[in-house]
Amino acid sequence: MSDEVIKTDAVIVGAGPVGLFAVFELGLVDIKAHVIDILDRPGGQCAELYPEKPIYDVPGLTVVTGQELTDRLMEQIKPFGAEFHFSQRVESLERLDGGFRLTTDLGKTFECKVVVVAAGGGSFTPKRPPLPGIEQYEDKSVFYSVRKLENFRGRDVLVVGGGDSALDWTLNLQPVAKSLTLLHRRQEFRAAPASVQKMFDLVERGDVTFKLGQVTELHGEGGKLSSVTVKGPDGTTFEQKTEVMLCFFGLTMKLGPVANWGINLNENLIPVDTAKFETSEKGIFAIGDINTYPGKLKLILSGFHEAALMAQQAYHYIYPDKKLIFQYTTSSSSLQKKLGVK
Amino acid sequence: MARITFIQNDGTERVVEAEPGMTVMEAAVKNSIPGIAAECGGACACATCHVYVDDAWREATGQPEQMEEDMLDFAFDVRPSSRLSCQIKVSDALDGLVVRIPDKQF
Repeated sequence: MSDEVIKTDAVIVGAGPVGLFAVFELGLVDIKAHVIDILDRPGGQCAELYPEKPIYDVPGLTVVTGQELTDRLMEQIKPFGAEFHFSQRVESLERLDGGFRLTTDLGKTFECKVVVVAAGGGSFTPKRPPLPGIEQYEDKSVFYSVRKLENFRGRDVLVVGGGDSALDWTLNLQPVAKSLTLLHRRQEFRAAPASVQKMFDLVERGDVTFKLGQVTELHGEGGKLSSVTVKGPDGTTFEQKTEVMLCFFGLTMKLGPVANWGINLNENLIPVDTAKFETSEKGIFAIGDINTYPGKLKLILSGFHEAALMAQQAYHYIYPDKKLIFQYTTSSSSLQKKLGVK
Repeated sequence: MARITFIQNDGTERVVEAEPGMTVMEAAVKNSIPGIAAECGGACACATCHVYVDDAWREATGQPEQMEEDMLDFAFDVRPSSRLSCQIKVSDALDGLVVRIPDKQF
C-alpha cells in the first residue's frame, strides 16, 4: 500500500477554491504544499455542485462560473508547483515531534510541519437512502461504491439509481453478476446517452432487467439481504429478490475523519482565531467554509483572506529563525520571481 | 407578500411570509423551517430541499423543468407532487401555498 512517505512543508486538505488559493499564499512565502481531495479533480463544491452556475461576488470578476474560477485558480497557482492527490480522503492525523503525519484511505502518507484544513462543508460522500435498518446491511449487502468487481461475481445484484454511476456499474457488473437488475424511478436517465443505449441493448438481449420504482423496505437477516420492497410509479408495491444492492444517489458533504483529529469543534465547524486562522492545535489551520469565528461569512472571498493571514503564521513554523517582510506582488521583484513573471 | 404553509411529517404547521421573487426554499431557510437542508444553496444541485406540493397547488406551481426532474433522481421517496423548493419562485399567485416536508431527506 503505502510507498515512501511524502515529506513537505504543508499539506492542504481540500482542493476547493480556498484550498487552491492557499497554495498561492503559502507559495509567496516559500512554503511548499501538497493538496489532498476526495474528488477526482480540483474545485470542491465549485466543481461538484455548480460548475456551470454563476458566481457574482468574486472581487474583480463580474461573473464567473464555478468551473471557470477553478480553472483560473489552477492557472494562478501553477508557478508554485503544488502536487495534487485526488480521489482520496485523509483518514488519520498523528502528531510528530515538530509536525504531523497524515495518512489517506489509499494508504498515502505525508509528513509536514503545517496542516491547512480547507475542507469546506466536509468531504463528499455517497448519499445513503434513509431506509429503516439499512445500517446492518451496509458493507455486507448494501454498497455505495464498487471496490472490487470480484466481490459481486455470481451474485444477484440490484443497482438503484439513474445517473452515470448507476449506468456504468450496471454495464460493468453485468458480465460478472449472476443476475443484474437496474431499478430507477423513471424511464429517463441523466447519464451519457451511449451508456443508456448499451443498457437498453442488454435489456433487449435479456442480460439485464430494468424495473421502474423506488425501494421502500429492506428484508433480510444478520446483514444478509434477501429482498427489497419496491414502490412502482403507480403506487403499487412488489418484492424484488436480491443478495446485493448498490445505491447511486449522488454525493453529500460529511465532516468525516476531521472530527477525530483532536481539534476542537463547534457544531461540525472548526473554531479559529481571526489573526492566524489557527485551530485549537498549534500548526493546524482551518480556512474557508469549514471554520467559524465571530462574524464568519461562508464566502469564497472570506476564505481567500483567511488563506493570506494563515500563510503569515505558517511561515513562522516553517522558518522559525527568519523574519517575514511583508511585500506586494506589484512591486516586489522577489515575489515576481517566484511567480515567474520576472 | 405570499403566505406559505409548511407542514412537517408529524403534522406541525408553520405559516411564513415570503416576498415575490424569492424561492420557497429561501423562505424556508430564512424562517428556519426544519427539514429543508438546501445543501447547495439553491443551485438545483443537491436535492436536499425536496417538498411535496399540496394537490390544490400543483397546477399553480407548475411542472419541474428538465434539470429539476433529473435532480429529483437524487431525492428520497419521490412522488408525482415532488418538487425541489429552490426551483419554485414565490409570486402573488402562490399566496396560500401549502407544501409538505418529507419524513426523510437524504
